[in-house]
Amino acid sequence: MARPVLLNWPVLRQLRGADRTGRGVAVMSPVTRATTPRTATADGMTESVCPYCAVGCSQRVYHRDGKVVHIEGNPDSPVSRGRLCPKGAASEQLVNSPLRQTTVRYRAPYASDWQDLDLDTAVDMIADRFLEARRNHWQDEDEHGHPLRRTMGIASLGGATIDNEENYLAKKFFTAAGAIQMENQARI
Amino acid sequence: MQDIANADCIVIEGSNMAEAHPVAFQWVMEAKKRGARVIHVDPRFTRTSANADRHVPIRTGTDVVLLGGLIRHVLENDLWFEEYVRLFTNASTILSEEYADAEDGEGLFSGYDPETGTYDNATWAYAGEHEQVRRGLPERDESLQHPRSVFQVLKRHYARYTPEMVEATCGISPEDFAYLAESITSASGRERTTCFVYALGWTQHQGGAQMIRTAGVLQLLLGNVGRPGSGIMAMRGHATIQGSTDIPTLYHILPGYLPMPKAGQDDFREYVDAIGHKEQKGFWANAETYTVNLLKAWWGDAATAENDWAYDYLPKLTGAHGTYQTTMRMLEDGVDGFFLLGQNPAVGSANGRLQREAMSHLKWLVVRDFHMIESATFWKDGPEIETGEMRTEDIGTEVFFLPAANHTEKAGSFTQTQRMVQWRDKAVDPPGDARSELDFLYELGRRVREKLAGSTDPRDRPLLDLTWDYPTDEHGEVEAEAVLAEINGRHLTGEKAGQPLSAFAEMTADGSTDGGCWIYAGVFADGVNQARRRTPGAEQDEIAADWGWAWPANRRILYNRASADAEGRPWSERKKLVWWDEEQGHWVGDDVPDFPATKRPDDPGEPGKGGAAALAGTDAFIMQADGRGWLFAPTGLVDGPLPTHYEAPESTVPNPLYLQQSNPTRVGFKAGEDNLNSPGALGLGGRVYPYVFTTYRITEHHTAGGMSRFLPYLSELQPELYMEVSPELAAEVGLEPYGWATVISARSAIETKVLVTERMTPLRIGDRTIHQVGLPYHWARGDQAIVTGDGVNDLIGMNLDANTQIQNSKNNACAIRPGRRPRGPALLELVEEYRRRAGIVDAEHHVLERPETPRDAQLDPTDESVAHHARGPEEAPAVPVAQPSQREMRNR
Repeated sequence: MARPVLLNWPVLRQLRGADRTGRGVAVMSPVTRATTPRTATADGMTESVCPYCAVGCSQRVYHRDGKVVHIEGNPDSPVSRGRLCPKGAASEQLVNSPLRQTTVRYRAPYASDWQDLDLDTAVDMIADRFLEARRNHWQDEDEHGHPLRRTMGIASLGGATIDNEENYLAKKFFTAAGAIQMENQARI
Repeated sequence: MQDIANADCIVIEGSNMAEAHPVAFQWVMEAKKRGARVIHVDPRFTRTSANADRHVPIRTGTDVVLLGGLIRHVLENDLWFEEYVRLFTNASTILSEEYADAEDGEGLFSGYDPETGTYDNATWAYAGEHEQVRRGLPERDESLQHPRSVFQVLKRHYARYTPEMVEATCGISPEDFAYLAESITSASGRERTTCFVYALGWTQHQGGAQMIRTAGVLQLLLGNVGRPGSGIMAMRGHATIQGSTDIPTLYHILPGYLPMPKAGQDDFREYVDAIGHKEQKGFWANAETYTVNLLKAWWGDAATAENDWAYDYLPKLTGAHGTYQTTMRMLEDGVDGFFLLGQNPAVGSANGRLQREAMSHLKWLVVRDFHMIESATFWKDGPEIETGEMRTEDIGTEVFFLPAANHTEKAGSFTQTQRMVQWRDKAVDPPGDARSELDFLYELGRRVREKLAGSTDPRDRPLLDLTWDYPTDEHGEVEAEAVLAEINGRHLTGEKAGQPLSAFAEMTADGSTDGGCWIYAGVFADGVNQARRRTPGAEQDEIAADWGWAWPANRRILYNRASADAEGRPWSERKKLVWWDEEQGHWVGDDVPDFPATKRPDDPGEPGKGGAAALAGTDAFIMQADGRGWLFAPTGLVDGPLPTHYEAPESTVPNPLYLQQSNPTRVGFKAGEDNLNSPGALGLGGRVYPYVFTTYRITEHHTAGGMSRFLPYLSELQPELYMEVSPELAAEVGLEPYGWATVISARSAIETKVLVTERMTPLRIGDRTIHQVGLPYHWARGDQAIVTGDGVNDLIGMNLDANTQIQNSKNNACAIRPGRRPRGPALLELVEEYRRRAGIVDAEHHVLERPETPRDAQLDPTDESVAHHARGPEEAPAVPVAQPSQREMRNR
């Protein structure tokens, strides 16, 4: 910490300088003066949309070295005009939360704990199970002989927090597979 | 959204907008600054109430009575917008002679089948010669005097919804009612408009769809649809909950609101004609075109005119296959595998205990999320492990947790609550094994197709013929823009082959175009991602048409033809939006006109042609087969053509209007002791579970907490569950401020901190006081989140609205006692003790059948909870009661 110097008292700085109301540089400590905003040191900014509710507030996402360092409201948006609610304002923690899971976890039937699993293996196991469940509960037709061409062995839930393009692929793939039990948050 | 600022009066009912949608609420404040009156109708005084001119407390679930009372007020006092109503609504349409109103049926309309608990809506039809009705030209009486005209039927239907009835049912004083009525009627007409805002406070009821429709009827009568500052604004709760309805991951629809085909609809022609036949008026006449384009997008060259565009590749429905029906099927071991794509049913769905039990019956479960949500860990740390109902070593469910990429780690679009599609750019790569849903689904589909390669089984053709070849980037990830381009559609043949469609009008039914979601056609017009347009708001007018893209056709206010009069002139200078320009021979204005661009206001229409050509110049409601806004809905709703008040399944108040106590079409599930209801007014339930609880959100958390309870800031801001209780109720039950209370329903019991506050108002209903309490539902029990608490949805039963298959979360009965809940198996004993006392189970745990209407109820003469005397059988006409209408949908 710098040694206090008499002439550098905030009140003297305030009276002496341009910041006579004492709301700017006059009352800044050296630490504050040396602080640069994360927005200034970021490598870049991309424009995004808040992932929480359906108002669709625009976000500016600042990143550095491949990491998100800051998220703030985008004043350009005619809907949100730069504002974010507490959730949107906290969304940098959604990205960098210490509780975020970044590896595949697998729980075997009847097991008491998780174990690790390779992503590629996991997706392949899921594909196998998908086909087996589809077969197990396949229905060709109803009791009147009308075609059903469907399976009741597979269900999915969720869609309102992911992207339109992702919903599209989900609906397309599940429908082609005959898996009709697709639902999302719009139902609750 | 910004258009709310143009309203002269805003009624927020069934929404706590300032809390749940605070950034959108700035437009309410903007309107208020410009002089608008803001009224908040809600059981609780909230942040929204604090910013309103007046808060009107209401007994939850009685909105149809309040809004019906306003409809009556408007009709009786001739306050309706006469020109608008005559031009644009079906007020003058004459109804079939066979139609019988609920007023004449003790709450039942004609066509009710007590065996199935469903209506046949054939008698709700318009009168007229069959072919004329089909072409949208039913019999009409422009004088509105015909006794079977919609206008007169409407008047009769709401005649008993008087201010006195509103007071006795809703607990709203005549003074508050008069204030509300005066506010909306004085802020409606040529010069002024009123806007309604709602959210799940309307949706999550049995009868929720009808609450919204009552507001629709009222707004049509007042001329508040399709105009600046008008309408009924839905405040939805997830980033693309609108998009996931438009491009649905929902069982009952295909993209663009095309219905999923049902068993027996084997013929393509029959299927598309049921959606909209070519001879009908308006834009659903093109249903075939929309369907062909979807099928072409999915099955490409395998979809041909000869094979009806591979229509038979689509699976068929046999009833409701909603999330709660699927829960029941899981409990019966009828579902092997379950994908959770960012949803947490162990916490967010009704009857959490049953949700967790259902998942324990699965063979495998795939959870894709950011955090270890409770739906991923129920087998390890769920509440049922503590009570001893489940043991980890007995649960055979194989669980795959796959980490998901978040909104900054992938490019893609969200559609916000006013239909505006907004593109997000990718900022960084996802960490570790985290992947986008796009990547996961594409890869899963690729592998499944690979494993099926060479199959000759006809059931595999739809998968093998599926168009599944998307361009990938340098990391092998699918380019999201390519998927958006497919959704938009493209020309397949001719000189424009390969080019994106610029509007759905370019779609053809001959296979020369494709498009995955017809209402999104234009989002990729000119090969440009229109959803990525970001001209700053400050550089645009208020409509801001160059920010994002709204479906359909970048139109921001639907049915905006209604903003102009019969001659196409704005109703007033103050409320002008689009109008007819005689010189240009074109509709013009601030928004994209929602009408055939060159159709003159005095065009009589060509009914022989069908479609847009058949619309008259004043048929503003271009999606309706008669071109009119529907005061009376002859089709589309399964529980009645006019909104009618019923009490909730557990209400302790007998229905003051009809013998029919609760909605006759309601959907429920019998699951032994696991999904029971309190009999409410129909038994002892009113005394055993005397209080009403309603659930809600707070601003610092998000839904079931998967995106908020794991974040330090938000967890610190709102660390624990609490219950809002009035000082009167706290005194009655003996609750201490900031102490603990146990809340017991017929399903479960939870503990919560107590917040004693005058924000909760005890309501006078008949000769008794109704106490309501509020419970935010964001917390859950588990080991993983930063903050935990009991899950409020464990208290709620699976009672669904038959129109939407959405559960009633906002109006349920409970008992309250001071102190914390018991631990372990003692919790179950507590719940069981209350059930026995309420007479819903006997000493041997057998579930006792309960009556359906007050007539059948053995009303306990000593039960002080019964406010109104149920009318006796002698007053009742033939109301069917023999079979319980609480039924399961067949063929789950």
